[in-house]
Amino acid sequence: MTQTADLIVIGGGIHGSSTALFAALRGMSVIVIEKDTVARHASGVNAGGVRRLGRHLAEVPLSQHSMEIWYGLQDMLGADCGFQIAPQIKVAENEEELDRHRARVQTLNRMGFYHETILDQPQVRHYLPAVADHVVGGLASLRDGFAQPFWTTTAIARKATQAGVVFKEGERVLSLKRETDWTVTTDQDIYQAPKVLNAAGAWAGALAGSLGEYAPVEAIAPMMIVTARLPKFCDAVVGATGRPLSFKQMPNGTVVIGGGRRGRADTATNTSEMLFPELRNTAATAMDIFPIMRGATIVRSWSGVEGRMPDDIPVIGPSALHDGLYHSFGFSAHGFQMGPGTGETMAGLIETGATQFDLSAFAIDRFAPPNT
Amino acid sequence: MTQHSPMEPTKVDVAVIGAGPAGMAAAVTASKAGLSVALLDEGQSLGGQIYRNIENGTPFRDGILGRDYVAGRTLAQSLRASDVTYLPRTTVWNISTDNMLDLSRDGSSSQLIADKIIVATGAVERPSPMPGWTLAGVTTVGALQILLKASGVVQEDAVLVGSGPLMWLVAAQMISAGTPPKAIVETTPKGRMAQAMPHILQALKGHRYLTKGLSMIRQVRGAGIPIYNAATNVRINGGEVAESVTFISKGKEHTIHSNHIALHQGVVPNQQVTRLLRCDHKWDASQHCFRPVLDGQGKTSVPDVYVAGDGAGIGGAKSAALMGRLVALAIAQEKGKALPERVDRLEAALASDGAVRPFLEAMYAPAPQFVKPAKETIVCRCEEVTAGAIQEAVDLGAPGPNQVKSFLRSGMGPCQGRVCGLVVASIIAERRKASMDETGYYRIRPPLKPIPLSELANFQPLEVAQK
Ligand SMILES: Cc1cc2nc3c(=O)[nH]c(=O)nc-3n(C[C@H](O)[C@H](O)[C@H](O)COP(=O)(O)OP(=O)(O)OC[C@H]3O[C@@H](n4cnc5c(N)ncnc54)[C@H](O)[C@@H]3O)c2cc1C
Repeated sequence: MTQTADLIVIGGGIHGSSTALFAALRGMSVIVIEKDTVARHASGVNAGGVRRLGRHLAEVPLSQHSMEIWYGLQDMLGADCGFQIAPQIKVAENEEELDRHRARVQTLNRMGFYHETILDQPQVRHYLPAVADHVVGGLASLRDGFAQPFWTTTAIARKATQAGVVFKEGERVLSLKRETDWTVTTDQDIYQAPKVLNAAGAWAGALAGSLGEYAPVEAIAPMMIVTARLPKFCDAVVGATGRPLSFKQMPNGTVVIGGGRRGRADTATNTSEMLFPELRNTAATAMDIFPIMRGATIVRSWSGVEGRMPDDIPVIGPSALHDGLYHSFGFSAHGFQMGPGTGETMAGLIETGATQFDLSAFAIDRFAPPNT
Repeated sequence: MTQHSPMEPTKVDVAVIGAGPAGMAAAVTASKAGLSVALLDEGQSLGGQIYRNIENGTPFRDGILGRDYVAGRTLAQSLRASDVTYLPRTTVWNISTDNMLDLSRDGSSSQLIADKIIVATGAVERPSPMPGWTLAGVTTVGALQILLKASGVVQEDAVLVGSGPLMWLVAAQMISAGTPPKAIVETTPKGRMAQAMPHILQALKGHRYLTKGLSMIRQVRGAGIPIYNAATNVRINGGEVAESVTFISKGKEHTIHSNHIALHQGVVPNQQVTRLLRCDHKWDASQHCFRPVLDGQGKTSVPDVYVAGDGAGIGGAKSAALMGRLVALAIAQEKGKALPERVDRLEAALASDGAVRPFLEAMYAPAPQFVKPAKETIVCRCEEVTAGAIQEAVDLGAPGPNQVKSFLRSGMGPCQGRVCGLVVASIIAERRKASMDETGYYRIRPPLKPIPLSELANFQPLEVAQK
């Protein structure tokens, strides 16, 4: 029997779930269709970085908005998301790198954003006592943080369920068709709604393509490695400037290291695979910046399937071709932090047709199809 | 660019992981068939678990360990006489889908690419979760035996707690060594003999095993050690260190004092490599474990990956060696080589060697206490997760071990779930009233064994075109 709703969301990641939650809070009836289980992919397995620091300028307003929701998220959800406020710091390994950060802070200030600040050498040592001697300073966003991704995404979905959202897990959307309303056909059922959100992560490009919208989503597998527990030496989430690194000591003492390098991702089989040779430089960078890491042992690794756009910023906004179709995908390995704010924004856009945010940088029609 | 010594190949026809009976036999046979073979094992020397340290036996140690142990020496000698490249102290810590093996040897990591991979990584002891099993001084019967084989050391005053042939064997070996266990607490539930009887006729075809087993048990019973039967409600007491073990046997509570408690609930296939490679597995209700799904010739669901020995399902040393040879022959055939021996004879020998198994499996299936531990019992030792916490995660909606892992970190510690995996899965299955196959198992992620970060920084990968 055909089921109907005001909005059908495709994808039970953090973007689909949070849009569903905020839409339901606005009074819409919502069905989320997820081919696996909620938080099975990027949204449940990411590194948990809640980072505004260093974002593409186009993302800064939305990321800032998301941060404000993050501060109250656990209260709003009535759940532990493992969220902690912590500094995010990009260390500068030479003066030239520090100059680049100074220029960025000026640009942000001109845009009216003041969350990123320059740390000089004593300040960077204050926040990172274990940092290597050659580090000359850094760029910091002191009230960023980190969270437990699986707890967060499933808590958003649980709250959405309480607000009336229906989650259909283990059901895959096969096709979409628009007559008066959208008809969404899955491998098990048929649904109808005036509005549809494509929040299908690494799989979203194929869905958009099936409706004639070109979105070159590349499936990538960011790689993370985890060490055995070390004595507490770092409270901040740390990145490097001139070479890829993301570095975080967890509350239990283990250190999670990632940054930039990619394994193999396969959207057909839902799998991702580690390629350790790619991580040689990452390992070396971690030891260079934190000499204490020379004695660390890797006990685990993981990766997940994530959707990346060629310009490393997502597709967010209405379809360029079809009424009642919206997109929110391709967060290019940094969409966890954006989850709450983008969901809230999309819910508003979907319900009212308008938003205070300028989404033009994220428009789906910014990519020219290969044959034109 | 790569700095491999000429001794170490970078590309082979067959990589065999594990130098126990299955691995040694597979390597020798594949090599006889004209294939280039590397045999990799993290141990110092040939032999795997059962034939550990087999090439360095002294008459005294041979005497303690017995005839079946000494049999491994012939296999080791044939390996030494073959063209197989044997790499001891070599840990395979990752295998990628293009058949590239990441190896750690003597503190540095390199790669080896293989056309075919034979997983001969044997068995691990089934976990025996019970109150107090994480205390210092608690070990496993298997670990006691490793100590005995590797360095001739016998733990004094040990109390053996559990069930299964290996526990009796080790007890007998300890007695022969002149250091008998302080007591044996047998947890095989009452009525098991009746359940095993239907298999006795078949088992009699393998009467050599039955005779050996019975004489072993007789030797232990005759040695004057206290033996408690059908023990239930077993728990280990102590603050940091184990001080005693308490249990009920024949309706009476007993407490035995010792700082050395060795647990055992039989052995199960070591799934780490086959799970890493995402081979299909199926629950075996008779052996109470997951086994990789194999065709008749040891081939898994993943191309080029084979399993031989206890990793395929528990069959013991002799079956392991027979399977090793069969798998090597299957690969030789696929590669168009002339076969150095006849398949049908090996198959017949394998069938007859396995005759005793259904009897043993019915007799020594794990007791309920260890399959469904009480709420407050710690199940994941690395992250200290209790059975009750796992049940709560299931109630919160976690449908399988991987979601429970995401909630609770169970299986995320240094052992990578090797110890707790089966128990976590059975607690989830029980709570959800789902089958073990529906419940599944942890996804295993590399490294299979911890490696230093500095070793990763100095990793020397092969520079070959990706397949
Ligand atoms: C290893 C790793 C580390 C990361 N670290 C960070 C970090 O520290 N900070 C940060 O901000 N971001 C990080 N990210 C990125 C972040 O996780 C993602 O950008 C974000 O989770 C994307 O959310 P999503 O909802 O768009 O996608 P997903 O979570 O992938 O959700 C999409 C869902 O759609 C479902 N789906 C697809 N097709 C269909 C269909 N046809 N029918 C039904 N359902 C379908 C999929 O099964 C999937 O569950 C990381 C990502 C990875 C992989």
